[in-house]
Amino acid sequence: MIRVVLPGHLRTLACISGEVCLDVAGAITQRSVMDAIEAAYPMLRGTIRDQRTQLRRPFVRFFACQRDLSHESLDSPLPQAVCVGEEPLLVVGAMAGG
Amino acid sequence: MAGVRVLVGTRKGAFVLTSDERRATWKVDGPHFAGWEMFHLKGSPVDPNRLYASQSSGWFGQLIQRSDDGGASWNPVGNDFAYAGVPGTHQWYDGTPHPWAFARVWHLEPSLSDPDTIYAGVEDAALFRSTDGGQSWTELAGLREHSTGSSWQPGAGGMCLHTIVLDPTNHNRIYVAISAAGAFRSDDAGTTWKPINRGLKSEGIPDPDAEVGHCVHRIAMHPKRPEVLFMQKHWDVMRSDNAGDSWIEVSGNLPTDFGFPIDVHAHEPETVFVVPIKSDQQHFPLDGKLQVYRSKTGGNEWEALTKGLPQRDCYVNVLRDAMAVDSLDSCGVYFGTTGVRCTCRPIPVTRGLRSCTICPPSSRSKCKRSRDSGRASGAFAHARLHQR
Repeated sequence: MIRVVLPGHLRTLACISGEVCLDVAGAITQRSVMDAIEAAYPMLRGTIRDQRTQLRRPFVRFFACQRDLSHESLDSPLPQAVCVGEEPLLVVGAMAGG
Repeated sequence: MAGVRVLVGTRKGAFVLTSDERRATWKVDGPHFAGWEMFHLKGSPVDPNRLYASQSSGWFGQLIQRSDDGGASWNPVGNDFAYAGVPGTHQWYDGTPHPWAFARVWHLEPSLSDPDTIYAGVEDAALFRSTDGGQSWTELAGLREHSTGSSWQPGAGGMCLHTIVLDPTNHNRIYVAISAAGAFRSDDAGTTWKPINRGLKSEGIPDPDAEVGHCVHRIAMHPKRPEVLFMQKHWDVMRSDNAGDSWIEVSGNLPTDFGFPIDVHAHEPETVFVVPIKSDQQHFPLDGKLQVYRSKTGGNEWEALTKGLPQRDCYVNVLRDAMAVDSLDSCGVYFGTTGVRCTCRPIPVTRGLRSCTICPPSSRSKCKRSRDSGRASGAFAHARLHQR
């Protein structure tokens, strides 16, 4: 079970509270996790990544296990602790406040 | 009992304001989509329960929300706005070619006859249409692919298609306006387009009366006289009596003719409202006095309407989609401002207002036509958004 923490605005949009828990088939990557999120919550399409290019939106970052995964390949395996559900993948809105 | 709903879009969310025909007290419902920037909300003229809203965020992009119950509940619908084919380039601010890229939906215009058909004006400038209640969107690419498209350039707010006007007597006729390309008209339901900017004169472009390149801010039409159009350009208030084929300036005695919104009285096709703004460099009312100007002569002769509006220290702007009129017997005029007036007295206002549109009362409220005609002639239902 993959755990994902979404930003507050996207939890509101998807009508969820707390973490998202997902079954992801095959390799656990940014792309496969995003595919699973968008399949479970279609209203999130386009809010985390572009619907055409599948690239992360500029003001969205991916963190996990105290690391910034934002610039990893979409198809690189996520950290083992994320793959086994020990740690969540954090989807974070960029720090852009004052 | 007749009533009115005002759909309000702000940088902090959306609000639905409801009142009876007296419009003395208002129920404020919201914020919906709190914390998101709402570029526009508009209701279907043929189904008062059907509302559409453009929800936008610098972080999470574009969403379209739809309500089927007059705003009580909302559901996200389609937000995939893909340009047809390979979109090419337009001019960037520095004059270099810049790839067309979708940023957001500025304006939603529901069909006059079908609640499931709606048009969306987007940045970078293009017109989209949905015929399934907003679930899927198709570009009417003949506009963006006009031969002048590669020369269009953005205004300060981006290269946005911000105005869509549908002709109630001719379903094939659509008007749009783009900052800063100008006004365009289709006579074949959006397949092909022609610029309709003859008579406009603009500084800041190489040829002041060029075919395209004018920063049109807003176009308004009275539904019973669709061949007459009124335009607030960057500078200049303009009028066309031939469906945009040519325009004449009707700024007349306005103290400044810069501004953003323009609208027409619901029952008097020659009565027009604008909010003069000091200049393109100083986006606030002259001398800090918030004044709506009204012409009862279709332009040229204007009078200031100030009662109830702050006449000092008011340094706000009124954006292009932030004015609307209702259709009650005594026509109400509504507008909202970009900010709050700094004052020691408590004057609640709607901050960061981007849009306000009027929607007939929801059928759920069991309204009937107004019997009220008691308001004094010329009474001006001003600044409703300044009231709770």
